[in-house]
Amino acid sequence: MRPIRVLVAKPGLDGHDRGAKIIARALRDAGMEVIYTGLRQTPEQIVRAAVDEDVDVVAMSILSGAHNHLLPQVAKGMKAEGIEDVLIVGGGVIPDMDIPNLKIQGIEAVFTPGTTTETVVSYIRMNLKRDLAE
Amino acid sequence: MENWKKHLQVEREHWEQTTVKKVTDRFPERKETFLTGSREPVERLYTPAEGDDHYLEEIGFPGQYPFTRGVQPTMYRGRLWTMRMYAGFATAEESNARYKYLVSQGSSGLSVAFDLPTQIGYDSDHALAAGEVGKVGVAIDSLADMERLFEGIPLDRVSTSMTINAPAAVLLAMYIAVAEKQGVSADQLRGTIQNDILKEYIARGTYIYPTKPSMRLITDIFAYCSKEVPQWNTISISGYHIREAGSTAAQEVGFTLADGIAYVEAALQAGLDIDEFGPRLSFFFNAHNDLLEEVSKYRAARRMWAKIMKERFGAKNPKSMMMKFHTQTGGSTLTAQQPDNNIVRVTIQTLAAILGGTQSLHTNSRDEALALPTEDSVRIALRTQQIVAHESGVTQTVDPLAGSYYIESKTNQIEEEALALIEKIDELGGAPKAIDIGFIQQAISDSAYAAQKDIESGEQVVVGVNQYQMDEEAPKDLLRVDPVVEKRQVDALHIMKGGRDQAMVEAALAELKIVCQGTENTMPAILKAVYSYATLGEICDVMRDVFGEYEQHVRL
Repeated sequence: MRPIRVLVAKPGLDGHDRGAKIIARALRDAGMEVIYTGLRQTPEQIVRAAVDEDVDVVAMSILSGAHNHLLPQVAKGMKAEGIEDVLIVGGGVIPDMDIPNLKIQGIEAVFTPGTTTETVVSYIRMNLKRDLAE
Repeated sequence: MENWKKHLQVEREHWEQTTVKKVTDRFPERKETFLTGSREPVERLYTPAEGDDHYLEEIGFPGQYPFTRGVQPTMYRGRLWTMRMYAGFATAEESNARYKYLVSQGSSGLSVAFDLPTQIGYDSDHALAAGEVGKVGVAIDSLADMERLFEGIPLDRVSTSMTINAPAAVLLAMYIAVAEKQGVSADQLRGTIQNDILKEYIARGTYIYPTKPSMRLITDIFAYCSKEVPQWNTISISGYHIREAGSTAAQEVGFTLADGIAYVEAALQAGLDIDEFGPRLSFFFNAHNDLLEEVSKYRAARRMWAKIMKERFGAKNPKSMMMKFHTQTGGSTLTAQQPDNNIVRVTIQTLAAILGGTQSLHTNSRDEALALPTEDSVRIALRTQQIVAHESGVTQTVDPLAGSYYIESKTNQIEEEALALIEKIDELGGAPKAIDIGFIQQAISDSAYAAQKDIESGEQVVVGVNQYQMDEEAPKDLLRVDPVVEKRQVDALHIMKGGRDQAMVEAALAELKIVCQGTENTMPAILKAVYSYATLGEICDVMRDVFGEYEQHVRL
C-alpha cells in the first residue's frame, strides 16, 4: 500500500502558519507524504498544486476570516478539473455557524481550535476517497 | 556586610537625588503616599536586605543602567501604562466608532488594526483582496479613508499605534497628512508604527519587498522622523509574533533582540547617529500564562538591550539604552472551549506584563479564538487592565518581584539562553542571513511542535481543552463582518479615483519611482503621492516595480 499524499495549503493573504506547519509535521510523522504550499496561495494555485502533485487530500488552514470566500472556490476548482476523489478539509478560526455551509460547498470536515493532530490523522485515514492499494 | 549596606545606602541616596528627582520634579507621582489594601504605606522601591554584589551591577535602580528594574524611576507611581486596545474592522467609519467607544471607556491610546490587503499593499479592488477586505482590520485604500478613520479624533491629543510593516511609510505619511489637515504639525504627533519587516519574514507573513529595499525603507523612516516627527516611535521590534508562532520565552527575547541589532546596524550603515535614532526604537512582547517566567523575560530583555546599545554600539545617551515596550496578551493561549475562562488567563498575563514593567498593554478579549471580539468582550478586557491598575496594588512600588530567588535566577537564565542565540545568529552573519537560511523559522517550528505534543500527551494541561472539558452550546453573539463591506469599500475607492486630479497622481508616482531607483530618502516623495490621493496599491506597485518582491523560503 502506498502512503497517503496530502497537500497542506494556506489560502489567501493570512500569514498565520503555526497550525499549518504543525499539521504538516504531524501528518508526516504519521507516515503520510506532505507537500506544504507556503503562504498566500490563491484557490487556483491550490487546485493546480493538488492536480500536479496528484494528492489524495487537500488540507487548508485559514485564520483570516476569509474562509467562506476562499475554501469553496478550491472545492469548485477541483470539480472543474473533473476531480471528485480528493478529500478536501479545512481548519482554523472558523465559527461553528459557518461550518454547515462549508460542508455543503464540498469542504468535508472543518477542524477548529483545540483539535488534536491525532484527530486529524485518523479522520484522514478513515475518510479517504481513493484506494491506496491501486 | 556593614560596608556593603552603607554602600547601597549611598547609591540609593544618589538615585533618589538624581534619577528620581529629575523625573518627579516634572512628573510628580500620582499620590503623596501609596498604601496597601490594608492601608499600610508602600515605599517606592525595595532593595536587598543583605549583602549582594550582583545587585548594583546587574540589577541596580529603576531608571538607571542597566534598567533591569524598569526604564522609569517611579514607574506606575508616576503614570500608569497606556491602555491601548488593538482594534479595527470593516470600513473606516465602523472603526472610527469603535475608537471613540474605547476612548470613552478609558482607553488611553489608539491602536489601529489594518486588514490584510492594506498590510500587503493591495487596494480593496485587487483580485487577491477578494474575501479579505475589512476582515482582520480596517481597509485603507487612500488618504480619503484615513481622514474618515480619524474623523473627530484630535491627533495632538492621542497617541496612535499602527500595526503596519511593509507599507509602514505610506500609512505614516497618511497619518501625517490627516494631522496637517486637522491643523496639527508633525512634530506634535505621538505614536508608533510597527515597521518591523524581519519578523514578518520570520513569523507574521505580511511582507512585500525583499530584505535590502525593505531595510532601506525602514532606515529612511528613522532618518525622516528624527527630523520631522521627533516624538514618533519609528519601529516596534516585535517578539510578539515570534512567540505566537510557537517560540519559547528565551527564543522570543533572543530572536527579537537579534532583529533589533540588525536594524541598528542598518541605520548605522545608512550614516545615522545611534543616539539620534536609538531613543525612538521600541519593542513589543507577548504575555503568556507562566507568570514568573514572563516577568523574568521582560527584565532580562531590558537588561540585555541596555548592554547591547551601550557595549556593542557605544551609545552614550541613556535613552538609547532604555528598552520601552508594548505588550499584548497571548492570542495563542486563548481557547475556543469555555471562552469565559480566557478572562482569567488574560488577567494572569496582564499581571505578568505589569510586574514586568511594560509601557503599554493590549488585553485580548475572551472570544478571540472564535472571531473578532464584540464590544462587550473588549470592554471586559479593558476593565481587566483597570482592575489590575487600580485595585490589585501591584502598581504601588517599582519592580515588586525583584530579589525573589526564582525571579532573579530566571532573569539570568533567560539572558544566558537568549545571548547564546544572538551569538549563534552573529556567527551566521546576522538576523537577515539567519532568516534566509531558515534557522530562526526552524527553531520556532520545533518549539511549536514540541508544545503541541505536550498538550496532546497531557503533559501540559489546558483547562477546557485536554482536561475539565464539558459539553457546550455553540457560542452566540460573535462579531461578523458583513460581506457587503467589501462592495461598499470598493465602490468608495472607485468614486474617490473618479474625483481626483489624475495628472497630479501620475506626476507624484513618476517622481516616487525615480526616488526609489536612486538613494535619496523616500519619505518626501511618498508624502507627496499620498497628498495627491494616489492609492496605497498604486504607491506600493511603484515600489514593487523597482524593488521586486520577497520570496518565502518554505520550511517545515
